[in-house]
Amino acid sequence: MTDKKTLFIDGLEVEFTNEPNLLEVIKKAGMSVPTLCYRPDLTQFGACRMCVVEVEGRGIQSSCTMPPENGLKIHLNTEKTRRIRKTVLELLLANHDKECLTCEKSGSCELQKYSEEYGVRKIRYPEKKKEEFFPIDNYNPSIVRDPNKCILCGACVRACSEFQGHSVLGFVNRGSNTRVEPMNGKHLSQVDCVFCGQCQTVCPTGALTIKSAIDEVWDKINDNTKKVVIQIAPAVRVALGEEFNIDAGENSIGKIYAAARRIGFDLVFDTNFSADLTIMEEANEFIERLSKGGVLPLFTSCCPAWVRYLETQHPDMLKHLSSCKSPQGMLSPVVKEFLPKYYEGYKKEDIVVVSVMPCTAKKYEAVREQLLGETDFVLTTKEFARMIKMAGINFKALKEEKANSPFGQYSGAATIFGASGGVAEAAVRTAYNMVTGEELSNVDIKTMRGVDADSRTKDTVVDIKGTKVKVRVVSTLKEAEKSLKEIKSGTSDFQILEVMACPGGCVNGGGQPISCSDSSIKEKRAEGLYKEDENLELRKSHQNPDIKKLYAECLEGKPGSHTAHKLLHTTYTDKFTNSYKDLK
Amino acid sequence: METTTLNIDIKEEQKKALEEIKKQGLRVLVCCGTGCMANGAMSVIEKFKELGANVSVLSDYDKVTIVPTGCHGFCEQGVLVLIPDFHTVYVKVHAEDVEEIYESHIKNGKPVERLLYTDPKTNEKIQKSENINFYAKQTRTALGNCGHINAECLDEAISARGYEALAQVLKENNPDAVIAEIEKSGLRGRGGGGFPTGRKWKFTAANRGGKSYVVCNGDEGDPGAFMDRSVMEGDPHKLLEGIAIAAFAIGADEAYIYVRAEYPLAIKRLRKAIKDAEERHFLGEKIMGSNFNLEIHIKEGAGAFVCGEETALIASIEGERGMPRPKPPFPANKGLFGRPTLINNVETLANVPVIILKGAEWFSSMGTETSKGTKTFALTGEVNNTGLIEVPMGTTLREIIFDIGGGIRGGKKFKAVQIGGPSGGCLTEEYLDIPMDYDNLIKAGAMVGSGGLVVMAEDTCIVEVARFFMNFTQNESCGKCVPCREGTKNMLKILEKIVAGNGEMEDLEILEELAHTVKDGSLCGLGKTAPNPVLSTLKYFKDEYISHIRDKKCPAGVCTAMKTVKIIPELCKGCTKCLRNCPVEAIEGTVKQPHKIIQEKCIKCEACVKGCPFKAIVLE
Repeated sequence: MTDKKTLFIDGLEVEFTNEPNLLEVIKKAGMSVPTLCYRPDLTQFGACRMCVVEVEGRGIQSSCTMPPENGLKIHLNTEKTRRIRKTVLELLLANHDKECLTCEKSGSCELQKYSEEYGVRKIRYPEKKKEEFFPIDNYNPSIVRDPNKCILCGACVRACSEFQGHSVLGFVNRGSNTRVEPMNGKHLSQVDCVFCGQCQTVCPTGALTIKSAIDEVWDKINDNTKKVVIQIAPAVRVALGEEFNIDAGENSIGKIYAAARRIGFDLVFDTNFSADLTIMEEANEFIERLSKGGVLPLFTSCCPAWVRYLETQHPDMLKHLSSCKSPQGMLSPVVKEFLPKYYEGYKKEDIVVVSVMPCTAKKYEAVREQLLGETDFVLTTKEFARMIKMAGINFKALKEEKANSPFGQYSGAATIFGASGGVAEAAVRTAYNMVTGEELSNVDIKTMRGVDADSRTKDTVVDIKGTKVKVRVVSTLKEAEKSLKEIKSGTSDFQILEVMACPGGCVNGGGQPISCSDSSIKEKRAEGLYKEDENLELRKSHQNPDIKKLYAECLEGKPGSHTAHKLLHTTYTDKFTNSYKDLK
Repeated sequence: METTTLNIDIKEEQKKALEEIKKQGLRVLVCCGTGCMANGAMSVIEKFKELGANVSVLSDYDKVTIVPTGCHGFCEQGVLVLIPDFHTVYVKVHAEDVEEIYESHIKNGKPVERLLYTDPKTNEKIQKSENINFYAKQTRTALGNCGHINAECLDEAISARGYEALAQVLKENNPDAVIAEIEKSGLRGRGGGGFPTGRKWKFTAANRGGKSYVVCNGDEGDPGAFMDRSVMEGDPHKLLEGIAIAAFAIGADEAYIYVRAEYPLAIKRLRKAIKDAEERHFLGEKIMGSNFNLEIHIKEGAGAFVCGEETALIASIEGERGMPRPKPPFPANKGLFGRPTLINNVETLANVPVIILKGAEWFSSMGTETSKGTKTFALTGEVNNTGLIEVPMGTTLREIIFDIGGGIRGGKKFKAVQIGGPSGGCLTEEYLDIPMDYDNLIKAGAMVGSGGLVVMAEDTCIVEVARFFMNFTQNESCGKCVPCREGTKNMLKILEKIVAGNGEMEDLEILEELAHTVKDGSLCGLGKTAPNPVLSTLKYFKDEYISHIRDKKCPAGVCTAMKTVKIIPELCKGCTKCLRNCPVEAIEGTVKQPHKIIQEKCIKCEACVKGCPFKAIVLE
């Protein structure tokens, strides 16, 4: 038994264990201090000075950086701490465009929230003039960067460097001229940004936001000559509800289908269906490569940020990348090609495919030159939630509905795509069957699971009747870079590499509801997916009857067929020297 | 712990080095500190060398050797030439004076009177440096060898007991005893913080066992400060020895010296010193035959003031942007590359070999109760003798300004002294007699800092001084934390408004509140101390702020915005010169009639003032 460790917060004795800082101890005790720059998944920065507390004997300390110590006496609410916090807000607002009403983050902006809480009514310092404003960077398909709302908390800089090892954003200049910018003042589209959007998930203000496609989608819905169909990605179902006070991880897919129909979508499909399709093609590709001495390890290709990373940073590694399109990329052409076969009155040229993705990079994927015109619009989870709100739908009260056939059914293997490790686990379930003709009995491969910060590289050896296959699962590009180094140096020993750019996979994607102040949210979302997998009768992609039907009726009966290749596979380009040539 | 047998006998090396120096004959030391270099030290040396080839010398010496040295400190009087054997110091020497020194003094033993120092008070010519007030009141420890040896010659360093202390600690082989000795000496960090050095060593040494580092902070950034520069340029081996002793004590085998790239001479001399020391096994592997290894790297900083802050400095060495990191964790536990790291300033480390050689008791016999030893100061501003000085802690400001500094220039009245650089505070007459040490200065609202002393006379505008320092810290803020980045910017804006004559009384209130908030709320030392000049001037010179705001008057007559250009009608002859010269047509008048200034148009460029043949136009 260890001794109990306690400290005193405003006189109240509070126990602590392994909390990294005072702020977490304060939170655990049910109290709070404001913060604009602290993000539990990023390194402690201590820059905004909002979380300052007075520590007896040590003076003013930022609670986000100070580790708890036994017997410390801290005070949250003193003349000094209040004065510092209010002054910080006032100083930040003096340097801010304050166009709150038209800001994307209005209502969820932390600067706005604290300014309200602290009753900032007057700014005593000279305010930034219009002519001092910087231009807005709106030149890429995924992210909008408005420097006039930036408070230099450094969260995006840390996210880019610590998650992706990429440092697309950095601090420039000194003193009051300090700014956060891509290299040499370029636009995000001119540097090798992979559009993962993690920067935007940690931004406390409207400085980094998602480029919205909502207006265009409404236009298509209102256009009577169009048939607008929608597909919903795996990770969306366990996160969208958060925007409507539903717990993280609770599966609201039935309500999402219903909401999509109320909004006015003509048909509702599920990207989970095409996740099963991806597994069929990718498992087939792996077995081909394994048996015919093809290039291994095989890299998964579902994550567009990862694909873009390889194209811009490691084009020599593109030969490892699976030629399979992502589930979004597969479903759109399948829908356009085969829907007229099953639905009367649908013509290929009139079909508009809208996808709802947990991801900002999917917006970029949709405009890749190889895929252009297939997925017409990509909405993130947050944008779709906004559309539901705009339509006046009481989401919580919706009755659950089902997706339309024939692209609506899915297996448990598909739903776990949304968590890091899910694609690999799903692939193994089906590859086992493809190689042996038998069914894998224990489908839960727990060593591939886990979305927390300690689980960003996971190795698992799978025994397919004597053939040992080592599968590596990686999340974040920073971790992926290590695996790439191993491959390049010849020390790698795995045959499959699953990479998701966002920490923990798509559940924690750049398009999901903001969860950066609570690391456990992504874990709850992942649990929600694994729970659905466990509860589904069919847990392997090849068992999905709609998949069987698609192959039988449209894809010449088997994975890797000529039509499958035409519709479901893609190519990659070396963008090392000429980034962004595929962007308009 | 067993003692180590070294394969180098340092005493023997010293003897050899002294013999070598004896062979030099008559040593003529020419100061090659930055100030003297700017005044033409190189051409003085050239001239000496040119003459040296065919000159006969006094019978006691068979030849003359010209020794370029580091800074003597008496920069005001450069170029300085010392002839130690003749007990003579020459001041303000130019190349054209060299021949006379040679002919008269070196050849014929007759000092050149006109090149001797003149005491400003008595007008007396003084030959010996020890009789010059500037030197007489100093006690040189860290700067002990500066100006007396050829900084680029290892033998000269050895002759001045260089590496003797290192040999001693390696032989005794008891790192804890070294730390105990430093702790006993009472040495405190000379870079500004004043943290007890021995305690810092102890904290770092507690993590012995794995990889750890010593980092020497040579990122001297205060405007006008050059004490660390002088050590690095004038006695690099002493610094290297100090680093080696520290590394031995805490168990490090790698060290970095972080030097600003603006100090190219320091970098060059340190590089050469490291190479020379490695060749002779005073550094590198198995130092002097012991088991102690030390590799020293030079890291050139890019000149950011904030990189003098230890965590920002660490970030900079690691290749990151120089931004301070929150403490804890302290560098002693998690510093450079995540390893335990001892960071000491140049001057601190330069004191170490002397403490080891002369003992902690000798060191702690100097100074005050809480601050031991000596401290260097860069004395600048309105004093007669500007330069670099080293005095025992506890010396009063009056002694420094009026004895060593020779009083205020031009017989003006003393007004204030800014101590501790841009992070320090402004002190008034009433503080001239307090013994200067870490704690007394903090109490008075200033700080020792790195040791900058800017003396101000009655005609200095104190608000302008505060604005100047605030402009400096604002530009040098790293931009990380809000109070420092935005707070100093807004403090500066208010000060600019006041000196421009647009201040309002409520600005003072906002300024003071903001100053306190920046001080309380900032992340690192830069922000925590940046408001000091404002707070101390508000404390001692509030009425001067008020005159600027309420009366729109600058009592010192400095702030141009408060002045107007006037034509004195009695003196104006109506020559129309000013009218023609005015770039903005702000003067009206007709020939032979007194002219008038149109104040709304006047930009106070003073073209008329300077051009008036009758001195009829004034700016006041």
